Amino acid sequence: MSGGPGVEVTVYVPADSAARSVGADRVAAEVRRAAAAAGRAVRIVRTGSRGMAWLEPLVEVETLRGRIGYGPVRPGEVAGLVDEGLLDGEGDSLGPVEALPWLCDQRRVTFARVGVVDPRDPDSYLEHGGLTGLRRALEVGPEQVLEGMTASGVRGRGGAGFPAGVKWRTVAAAEGDLKFVCANADEGDSGTFADRMIMEGDPFQLLEGMTIAGLAVGASEGYVYVRSEYPDAVATLRAAITAARERGWLGPDVLGSGFGFDVEVRVGAGAYICGEETAMLESLEGKRGMVRAKPPIPALSGLFGRPTVVNNVLTLCAATSVLADGADAYQELGTGRSRGTQVFQLGGNIARGGIVEAPFGVTLRDLVEGYGGGTRSGRPVRAVQVGGPLGAYLPVERLDLPMDYEAFAEAGAMLGHGGVVVFDDTVDMAHQARFAMEFCAAESCGKCTPCRVGAVRGVETIDKVIAGTDVDDNLALLDDLCELMTDGSLCAMGGLTPLPVRSAVSHFGEDFLDRDRTPHTTRELSP
Amino acid sequence: MSARRTDEPAGGLLRGIVERHRLARGPLLPILHDVQREAGWIDDRTIDLVADELNLSRAEVHGVASFYTDFRREPSGGTVVRVCRGEACQAVGGEEIHAALLAGGGGAVTVDQIFCFGNCALGPSVEVDGTLHGRVSVGDLPELITGPTGAAPDAA
Ligand SMILES: Cc1cc2nc3c(=O)[nH]c(=O)nc-3n(C[C@H](O)[C@H](O)[C@H](O)COP(=O)(O)O)c2cc1C
Ligand code: SF4
Ligand code: FES
Repeated sequence: MSGGPGVEVTVYVPADSAARSVGADRVAAEVRRAAAAAGRAVRIVRTGSRGMAWLEPLVEVETLRGRIGYGPVRPGEVAGLVDEGLLDGEGDSLGPVEALPWLCDQRRVTFARVGVVDPRDPDSYLEHGGLTGLRRALEVGPEQVLEGMTASGVRGRGGAGFPAGVKWRTVAAAEGDLKFVCANADEGDSGTFADRMIMEGDPFQLLEGMTIAGLAVGASEGYVYVRSEYPDAVATLRAAITAARERGWLGPDVLGSGFGFDVEVRVGAGAYICGEETAMLESLEGKRGMVRAKPPIPALSGLFGRPTVVNNVLTLCAATSVLADGADAYQELGTGRSRGTQVFQLGGNIARGGIVEAPFGVTLRDLVEGYGGGTRSGRPVRAVQVGGPLGAYLPVERLDLPMDYEAFAEAGAMLGHGGVVVFDDTVDMAHQARFAMEFCAAESCGKCTPCRVGAVRGVETIDKVIAGTDVDDNLALLDDLCELMTDGSLCAMGGLTPLPVRSAVSHFGEDFLDRDRTPHTTRELSP
Repeated sequence: MSARRTDEPAGGLLRGIVERHRLARGPLLPILHDVQREAGWIDDRTIDLVADELNLSRAEVHGVASFYTDFRREPSGGTVVRVCRGEACQAVGGEEIHAALLAGGGGAVTVDQIFCFGNCALGPSVEVDGTLHGRVSVGDLPELITGPTGAAPDAA
């Protein structure tokens, strides 16, 4: 029980764009209206999302028992819930949100503050442990930061899994009076949304991570390259940058240390390839997003030819934890050479989708059947695509695969940015293979022929298979095309598109060979 | 996007935009974004003027403006509907939504395909004039596009 009339009640409603897509703004307005009608004073805090997408809009009320949750709340239900005591944590609630098993079973490190704090309020950040990492970094100096990053074993979260400490050391050792830190927030992989949720729910963490990177390598300027499909992330990040400058967290004299670092947001323009780091640099320079040949590597010759750290949003966030809690604490989590936690994103046809942050090594089954609760449609799971549009399709028999870089590589798949997309048994895998080629054809930067032309050929060839024309010959041709793209592409766009295609053919051959016997025309989805 | 749309984006508007970004490193994309937002599209005269202002060749600016799908080289009509065709949305019927929108045939609607809004646990996702909607069904489309009253969308 909290106080009666007169005592201000704090109500949390996410402003995360996923929550907004299902009515969170209207719910917030209804809470305000219903409270006024009941003569109660409320303070509404717009947070990020806890990552329990199926409960959105999730409303939380501050009480002596903790934050009591209600969800999913439709705008029309708010008045009734307030009548039944929502403002005192009473009525038909989910109970204390932090006691929900789905949440407590996780190991939230990077996502610890997301959904909890007011993302635009620097004080809220400080109250929840913000800036501990940066303060420590300023105290111990660049060399110790580099050592910590290397010892922690943090690997790049953008897909390739490259050790962050090694990259930072290369930039630190490079000659140059001007160096850059670029946060890759293009998050182009469909099925992924962790970077977005950080930017919308805990943007100061990203700024802190970039500043630590800047200090470690001797960079003075940072850029966040955000995809244009994320307008809310852009707005929240810009507000956070303004607040951080006002507090002296960014600018010519970071926290009074004499170290100068500032950050600017740049917005992409609808090109998937601009998530590839060299295409992103071209785009930041104001050019077409064409992939550069390597070498030179961006660490030595990156943005405008200067030494540049390019890291994914989550990699930079991990740096704040490594510095705040120590490399050992980070090392202790995970398995084999995959250390720390990974932020898995459950999407597609899944009953309980959202963010599961857990140590590497959790199995795909834990995610899909445990956390995810199977499909949203209630039909059997048939296929899971892990790692975005360039990731493999895995059949339900492979669900016991542990989620770590090496185990996935061994299974001919990849973890990528941690996206897990679930399909039920109505999926037509020939269509999914066709889409992989179609996507590559649409998003290829056009630099190399195997990718640019191969993908178009790939679509045509799969169309013939779908039509039942010379199926065996065309599948053989498709395999040759895949070989050619794998071997002859400059980057992973053309190089990995064969992964979803070939995994679809090898695990779901019946969808390609026996099309008459498996009609894929009916689909029923209960919302 | 509820952009102000003028027949001719170029001119005084452009000079203000260029000034805003003149000190930025690599200002071309931010400039084109502002033109797109404020004018609704990027016409040939704008390309010429931007090239002049930034000391770039016309071909270079043209190349950039046509590389990125966000930049429209001709005006868009009426309500802009952007539908997600990413795999997570496909898994819950996104392709049916896309097909229904293309078949819609309404003249006052521009339909664009997007590959992921980052709303993959609440698909299918459709954005109407800048507002994102999750868990959209084919039946929801008319109301999302024309508003609950069935009135024509505000074209301003
Ligand atoms: C086609 C393609 C798309 C990519 N898209 C992204 C992306 O959206 N976000 C990202 O962080 N990395 C992406 N990458 C990986 C980047 O090139 C790069 O490896 C990464 O940003 C490095 O940061 P990390 O070491 O922290 O992962 C992509 C790579 C390729 C080949
Ligand atoms: S593989 Fe495709 S996207 Fe990558 S550089 Fe070649 S053409 Fe460009
Ligand atoms: S796949 Fe549609 S929003 Fe991500």
